[in-house]
Amino acid sequence: MADKVIYAMYDDDDVLKDGAKKLVSKGVKVSEVFSPFPIHGIDPIIGIKNTRLGIMAFIYGLFGLTIATLGLRYFMVVDWPMNIGGKPNFTYLDNILSFIPITFEFTVLCAAHGMAITYFLRNKTLPGMPAQNPDPRTTDDKFVIELRTSENSQFSAEELEAMVKDTGIVELDQKDVA
Amino acid sequence: MHKEAAIREPLILGHKTYHDITEDVCRPIEDKAPRMWYILFGIALIVGLYGIGCILYLLGTGVGVWGLNKTVGWAWDITNFVWWVGIGHAGTLISAVLLLFRQKWRMAINRSAEAMTIFAVFMAGLFPLIHMGRLWLGYWVLPLPNHFGSLWVNFNSPLLWDVFAISTYLSVSLVFWYIGLIPDFATIRDRAKRPIPKKMYTILSFGWSGRAKHWNRFELVSLVLAGLCTPLVFSVHSIVSFDFATSIIPGWHTTIFPPYFVAGAVFSGFAMVQTLLLVMRKAMKLEAYIHVRHVEYMNIVIMVTGSIVGTAYITELFISWYSGVEYEAYAFINRATGPYWWAYFAMMTCNVISPQLMWFKKLRTSLTFTFIIAIVVNIGMWFERYVIIVTSIHRDYLPSSWSMHYPSHIDIGVYLGTIGLFFVFFLLFARFFPVLALNELKTILKSSGESYKNAPDGQLPDPTPTPIAEGPVAKEVASVTDGEPTVDLEESKEEPIEAPSGLLGSIGSADESMKNDLKKLSGVGPAFETALNDAGIWTYEQISKMTKAEYDMMDALTGKFPGKAEKEDWASQAKELMNANN
Repeated sequence: MADKVIYAMYDDDDVLKDGAKKLVSKGVKVSEVFSPFPIHGIDPIIGIKNTRLGIMAFIYGLFGLTIATLGLRYFMVVDWPMNIGGKPNFTYLDNILSFIPITFEFTVLCAAHGMAITYFLRNKTLPGMPAQNPDPRTTDDKFVIELRTSENSQFSAEELEAMVKDTGIVELDQKDVA
Repeated sequence: MHKEAAIREPLILGHKTYHDITEDVCRPIEDKAPRMWYILFGIALIVGLYGIGCILYLLGTGVGVWGLNKTVGWAWDITNFVWWVGIGHAGTLISAVLLLFRQKWRMAINRSAEAMTIFAVFMAGLFPLIHMGRLWLGYWVLPLPNHFGSLWVNFNSPLLWDVFAISTYLSVSLVFWYIGLIPDFATIRDRAKRPIPKKMYTILSFGWSGRAKHWNRFELVSLVLAGLCTPLVFSVHSIVSFDFATSIIPGWHTTIFPPYFVAGAVFSGFAMVQTLLLVMRKAMKLEAYIHVRHVEYMNIVIMVTGSIVGTAYITELFISWYSGVEYEAYAFINRATGPYWWAYFAMMTCNVISPQLMWFKKLRTSLTFTFIIAIVVNIGMWFERYVIIVTSIHRDYLPSSWSMHYPSHIDIGVYLGTIGLFFVFFLLFARFFPVLALNELKTILKSSGESYKNAPDGQLPDPTPTPIAEGPVAKEVASVTDGEPTVDLEESKEEPIEAPSGLLGSIGSADESMKNDLKKLSGVGPAFETALNDAGIWTYEQISKMTKAEYDMMDALTGKFPGKAEKEDWASQAKELMNANN
């Protein structure tokens, strides 16, 4: 089915937000918003769920904590207990104080890098990827709403355009996608 | 939602639009580098290469080329290490701690402060590596399975904690910094006209497109990374201080060290940020973004942390007497009155007295004074580490081992070399990277930008605000900042002049219906565009027909930036834009 993409460009984030609200209240599905900076409060309007990356960071952190604990126990208690001034080192708990710094650092290391890698993969932003914003000005000072006719089958392309024109846009563009 | 207390002063001066922010930050990257940049880069490179030469000589000959001896086995190497790590603390503190506290003023300085952090930690990391003597066996610090039976590194040693702390700190800061840079690289990518920069920034920007979902993730990742970095930054310098605090040397084994070192690190880091930014804002014309308010806030941080450091010095002295331990007492009496009294004196003057001057509003809002104090603090903090390290060990328990430390020229060369390399990195950063966090600055424009500030709710000002009246009033507005005009005085709207038939005759006339976006021409902002439109110039086609004679006529009409159009060769830019449109 031929899909038509409508790009409505705004020159202000608040105008875009009001426009999106108006469109959504009429039952239009906004597929995407491109902006040069995060527009606070746009996510619930266009139906974007909050990211779960924070939970992932916590899980990566737990993973790091576990590895560090098991590793330190193995290196310092099981495999090669060091005799340092005759201080007891036969159990993990006896030595735990001097293991805290590295355990902490390793937890942070895993949480931060795990989350960063997940972030890049989920965004599909990786070195050398081509840019996908519809207009180069959307990384400067323009804001674009993307509508797709396939996701708004109850409206015709003309009706969508008429509705969009009502929201204070500065430019309108459309593209056919196979 | 864009409201902010009226009492807070604007953070972005002048009547900036989103596009102006992009222009101001991208201009230094897109223009040719000024001659001064090449001169500074050349000097830094020569000094850096000299340092690398010294390091290579050291690696070839042995650590003996440093001025260390049996008693003073640690001196400039570890002093420089701690000094650089300390400097490296301000960046993360600014971007992480201030993010958690939602301090908006951080946004103008966090990018360059983080860059400074990363380069400073590079320099810091060099010293332990060099000190190993056999650099190529550096991987032995990692717990790797090995051929010595199953001998592991000593996880009880603060030196190994350092390995983990510094490498975690460096890599996490780097990731935090880079994630913030990606959207800004995308901005540069989308503006780039020449193919090589375009290609380069396309790779660097990872295909960032600014989708709403991506921004959602971006904000969360920044927040969580800030949350992780905050304890990290405190842990790193605490662990550095453990290198000394867990030893049994009088003057070193002090429980006050961790907080005292962290405060000292923030203190010296902010001083270095001031040193760099005061020069950078001027050289790169960023006075509207980094202005006297930012400098004042940083000076207050310097004052507070400087006071903590001062209190720690006095507490140390007091406790050494109060403890009743004669070795401890001697270590401190010797520090203040022994052969290194001059270093102790320098440390006390630079770090305890100089930040107290910041109590005076007049002084802490003076840029020249701030710069001088920042340099003084940098020097003082180097002496602090030198005093702690060398004076504590140069008097051994056996008087026959008493000794002094005299740096060799290799000591000095390596140290100067790291300063050179640091500036090589920083200058490259200033040349090729967006030095302000573009995307973050744009988010605060409406709450803290001068022209939006205190606008009645829902009544956002005209994007091209009515220009301030020319004359004394406008000048005054400009001079409150710091005595130098940071606001480009916008011309008052002139009476629309009838365009002489000469100009439009040769380039053809047009009207609003044929309008092209003239802002795409280099150097054209919204106000300039309006002026061009008033002169009857609306389209690329008209501009593409211009030659020297038409440029002159146009300059006379608009009265703005004479010679700009000719210098930037608008005609061919317009031709390109026409082709791109078709």
